[in-house]
Amino acid sequence: MFKINDWISRNSKVLDLGCGDGSLLNDLKKEKSASGLGIEIDVKKIKSCLKKGISVIEQDIDSGLENFGNQSFDYVVMSQSIQALKKPEVALEEIVRIGKECIVSIPNFANIKCRLQLFFKGQMPVSSALPHNWYSTPNLHLCSLEDFEELCKKSKIKIVERKLSKINGEESILMKLLPNLFSEVALYKLVKEN
Amino acid sequence: MSSKNQLIVKPEKFSTNKIFQLESGEKLNGFELVYETYGQLNQDKSNAILICHALSGNHHAAGIYSETDKKPGWWDELIGPGKAFDSEKYFIVSLNNLGGCHGSTGPGSINNKTKKEFGSDFPIITVSDWVNSQDILREELKIKKWLSVAGGSLGGMQALQWAIEFPDKLSKAIIIAAAPKLSTQNIAFNEVARQSIISDPDFEKGDAHPEKGLGLARMLGHITYLSEESMKNKFGRDLKKEKIEYGYDVEFEIESYLRYQGANFSKSFNAHTYLLMTRALDYFDPAKKKDGNLSETLSRSTCQFLVISFKSDWRFPPERSKEIVDALIMAEKKVSYLNIDSIQGHDSFLMKNDRYENAINSFLEADV
Repeated sequence: MFKINDWISRNSKVLDLGCGDGSLLNDLKKEKSASGLGIEIDVKKIKSCLKKGISVIEQDIDSGLENFGNQSFDYVVMSQSIQALKKPEVALEEIVRIGKECIVSIPNFANIKCRLQLFFKGQMPVSSALPHNWYSTPNLHLCSLEDFEELCKKSKIKIVERKLSKINGEESILMKLLPNLFSEVALYKLVKEN
Repeated sequence: MSSKNQLIVKPEKFSTNKIFQLESGEKLNGFELVYETYGQLNQDKSNAILICHALSGNHHAAGIYSETDKKPGWWDELIGPGKAFDSEKYFIVSLNNLGGCHGSTGPGSINNKTKKEFGSDFPIITVSDWVNSQDILREELKIKKWLSVAGGSLGGMQALQWAIEFPDKLSKAIIIAAAPKLSTQNIAFNEVARQSIISDPDFEKGDAHPEKGLGLARMLGHITYLSEESMKNKFGRDLKKEKIEYGYDVEFEIESYLRYQGANFSKSFNAHTYLLMTRALDYFDPAKKKDGNLSETLSRSTCQFLVISFKSDWRFPPERSKEIVDALIMAEKKVSYLNIDSIQGHDSFLMKNDRYENAINSFLEADV
């Protein structure tokens, strides 16, 4: 199973946008001696970060990231949260400005389960990758792999690598053949094009 | 320790005869510092925390002086057994700053040259002077390195100054409800407070406790410590008597409260100390030497930082704490920042709040 950790080199500086309870940064600290900083707005999750000894800043990504310098981190990670932002396009541009390399994961709305639910049930899809009802979802800007990659192209962001899987990390041959149809989650390594 | 988990404490005194050079160019021929300690210093002396006080604070931060003492120290909500600064784990040191009026050398002390109180002859003390004098106390207590230096408001500025001036003498800085320097409005408020003291005829005649002037300064200050919401909740437009009397005596509860606070304060606080403390605030601007670049000013710091602000604080609002945080991010320092929901205004930093306590607790406990 592929993990974000595998893309991070030792002793690097990592900014985790929407760092949750700090698990990823804690792993990176232990396994890769990385120095991490997390951004989070959830009070309980911030508390968990502090308990783990993870540096965390209470900041709303939607209010901007101007306080971070150009290319000031080796990696900027944004895991499963770009779709919940008010301005994903702006955030994406900011991410590649701040990070030398960026790791972004998205849930794939064009996955076959979503398509079937929409087609046969006529209802908004609910799955393990997208567990919320339409009325309580934090997701404002769901997209497919095609959509996301189109935005990267438009924003002059280069996709260095892409990993596809199910939400539990499993991979399959079908995903390789028809990624936009069969993958549930996509993990991208991005850099700003010169 | 009393039944209610309350510490019984006793102030101590440290004195030195060595000449102490001040930032202003003036000198003190030695000084005395009164301080209290809570908890036990461990064997390797690695659990010591320095608490820095704010404008009107003193060394009595926690505990009570006797079983019958009803008034605990000013930060007792946060310092003590099982509290945010846990006296069962840490050795906590709290002093009265130089220039204070609670036992440390200050305007109320006797000037050996004149055999009279210093009064307005007492030199201006800066935040850097305080930190330097606190470092002398650190040596006296045989503490190599503070586990943490912590404070709120002007106390937070001292914690910041420690990180800048003595980077290898602390592991963790806790900077609460502070600012990297005063705003124009902050200085303006301080000036009104000073003028109300200086223009009191009693002060001019040499009274160090001019009730009118010092009381007025305190009333003004007090308004800036509270939020509009907390003031409204506490007093609303409640009248002191049943109905209004069409005069200028106390009509509203808030007036009564402020007058009481002012009168009470002027009895116990030295007006010269008040002037000195407000000036120390005005002058505080550690980034000035680096052309205002706070990030560069902090470049030598090695400690971890915890910065905390309160949403209803308009004296040093969250944006001011954010300035410190952003400078630390730019300087690539380890920093955590919390902006806590509280309606108590600037005074929030003195009060119990789960999030606040948890954050300090976790931050102190986590491995360096």
